[in-house]
Amino acid sequence: MVLVFVETPRGLLKKTAFEAVTYAKKTADLLGTSCVALTLGSVSNAGELGRYGASRVLNIPGDALDQLDGQVFSAAISEAVGKLEASVVILSHTSTGKTIAGRLAVRLNAGLISGASALPTVAGSALHIKKGVFSGKAVAEYEIKSAIKVISLMGNAVKPEVSADAVAVEPLSVTLTKSLIRVKATKTQEGVVPLSEAEIVVSAGRGMKDPSNWGIIEDLAATLGATTACSRPVADSDWRPHHEHVGQTGIAIRPNLYIAVGISGAIQHLAGVNSSKVIVVINKDPEAPFFKAADYGVVADLFDVVPRLNDAIKKFKAAN
Amino acid sequence: MKLLVCISQTPDTTAKISFNPEGTDFNAAGVQFIMNPYDEWYALVRACELRETLGGTVVALHVGTVANETTIRKALAIGADEAVRINRDPKSAADTAKQIATYAAAENFDIIFFGKETIDYNGSEVGAMVAEYLQLPYVSFASKLSLNGSTATMERDIEGGVEELEVDLPFVVSAAKGMAEQRIPNMRGIMTARTKPLTEIQPVDFEAPSTLVQFTLPPAKVGVKLIQPDDMDELVRLLHEEAKVI
Ligand SMILES: Cc1cc2nc3c(=O)[nH]c(=O)nc-3n(C[C@H](O)[C@H](O)[C@H](O)COP(=O)(O)OP(=O)(O)OC[C@H]3O[C@@H](n4cnc5c(N)ncnc54)[C@H](O)[C@@H]3O)c2cc1C
Ligand SMILES: Nc1ncnc2c1ncn2[C@@H]1O[C@H](COP(=O)(O)O)[C@@H](O)[C@H]1O
Repeated sequence: MVLVFVETPRGLLKKTAFEAVTYAKKTADLLGTSCVALTLGSVSNAGELGRYGASRVLNIPGDALDQLDGQVFSAAISEAVGKLEASVVILSHTSTGKTIAGRLAVRLNAGLISGASALPTVAGSALHIKKGVFSGKAVAEYEIKSAIKVISLMGNAVKPEVSADAVAVEPLSVTLTKSLIRVKATKTQEGVVPLSEAEIVVSAGRGMKDPSNWGIIEDLAATLGATTACSRPVADSDWRPHHEHVGQTGIAIRPNLYIAVGISGAIQHLAGVNSSKVIVVINKDPEAPFFKAADYGVVADLFDVVPRLNDAIKKFKAAN
Repeated sequence: MKLLVCISQTPDTTAKISFNPEGTDFNAAGVQFIMNPYDEWYALVRACELRETLGGTVVALHVGTVANETTIRKALAIGADEAVRINRDPKSAADTAKQIATYAAAENFDIIFFGKETIDYNGSEVGAMVAEYLQLPYVSFASKLSLNGSTATMERDIEGGVEELEVDLPFVVSAAKGMAEQRIPNMRGIMTARTKPLTEIQPVDFEAPSTLVQFTLPPAKVGVKLIQPDDMDELVRLLHEEAKVI
């Protein structure tokens, strides 16, 4: 059986949840077994996960599970794995998943592949799994041989697919350990899709000249339903908040569409974005290195072309 | 204060990545290695700052072969008091974690620092694994860390936000951007690094539950399609019909 741990930040199901369940369902199909989803703490609408292929959706209740503690979570998930005799455990490669996956692997004596970019292939009793390495410059294929296998799934690696109906949520009881971490406050930005989950990202660099010019970027992002990002010098000079910084020393992202405006395309920047499916580069310098990594390019002054691109997309959206 | 900082090295981002013909081994010839930025800029520097105000020792630990000693010397030049190298070329995060946990289990560190992730494999695995072996709390992706007696106050990055928390010593933490400011080693640091102790210890046996099968290079981009600046409708059409991303 394939058990998928579904993270539910603030009790909500996010896109990563549907991706993880879709991936788990497809893995279960490959292995000729079923897919069971596990949620922890208070969650609304967990039964929805049935639509993405979970034949059962389980919930371990407990207020203590409403805050993340990898120690408590991995103990609870391990016990569920034992009770349900799961042979594969799937998680999302998010900050929550990364906090848990390593612990779970040690507890379960399991091989772990984190940041999987594609479905596994079956090789006898082993699984082969691919992931991007060296900042997207290579792909590594691994084999997990252990009886229990843990895989964390890279965001945007699979598209959520509805394949069945919602199911009823069943409670599951396990022993909960006491958390040694005391959470005092949580500050979140609601309404904005975090960069790690965004399907479309509009990113801008020093070519913007001044932070007061960001209106055109925000407008373009709003039209596309995109999340905004920036290059490192932009964040370093406090033109934009640090959580927008992408690249080798910022966040690595892999959206479906990355639009880079006034960014030169230094290797350290590309390191965080060149796994994007499609890259559009807008730069006035035809020699900018970013064009080598781009699918589509516009050589022009950004102040002129970004508003026009925004208008063209608005027109397209109105017509479609 | 007894602080452990786990140091890894990665190829410089500008390095050309290549493999042996079978694709089973990374070709390190001619590759410039750097200390993993999260380990160097944030974890190591914050550990040194804590030692400077509270006293104690900072141990820099690296699992790797003698070829990597330049990286360890740099950690000493930045401010670690002593270094330990576990003599093994680890083939997986699981192996690295087993080696680190075996060493640390006998040492009673107050805080064990990791970087958020290595920038070559982006696994973010080792810290959580070590915490589980040692049965310690693990605070991942901490962007702030201060100590008050035996209690630490931290901020950590979570999906779409930041969380403030407290945890008592001892614990394991992984350092994200914000925890400290990068330090460039000065001449004095580089000189004293030569005289600081660097101990080599032998690894324990470990059979990794997952192994590399093969590296491959991704297909090269076919080349950029240039669109005329006065024809943004064409770009929108391509993004919709050809790339299918909007
Ligand atoms: C160890 C290390 C780690 C690093 N990590 C990162 C990282 O994580 N992320 C990151 O982004 N960088 C990182 N950098 C910095 C990186 O090397 C580059 O310096 C940085 O990405 C450049 O930012 P930029 O492209 O915004 O600015 P610039 O290099 O100044 O480029 C600005 C671009 O805008 C274009 N432009 C200017 N005006 C206009 C206009 N009116 N219309 C259209 N185009 C215009 C220019 O032609 C130019 O190409 C790192 C560097 C080091 C050494
Ligand atoms: N060979 C190593 N020796 C010592 N520490 C390591 C080694 N590899 C990884 N680490 C530590 O583990 C962290 C996370 O690595 P990873 O799980 O590979 O992303 C790094 O930032 C280092 O602090």
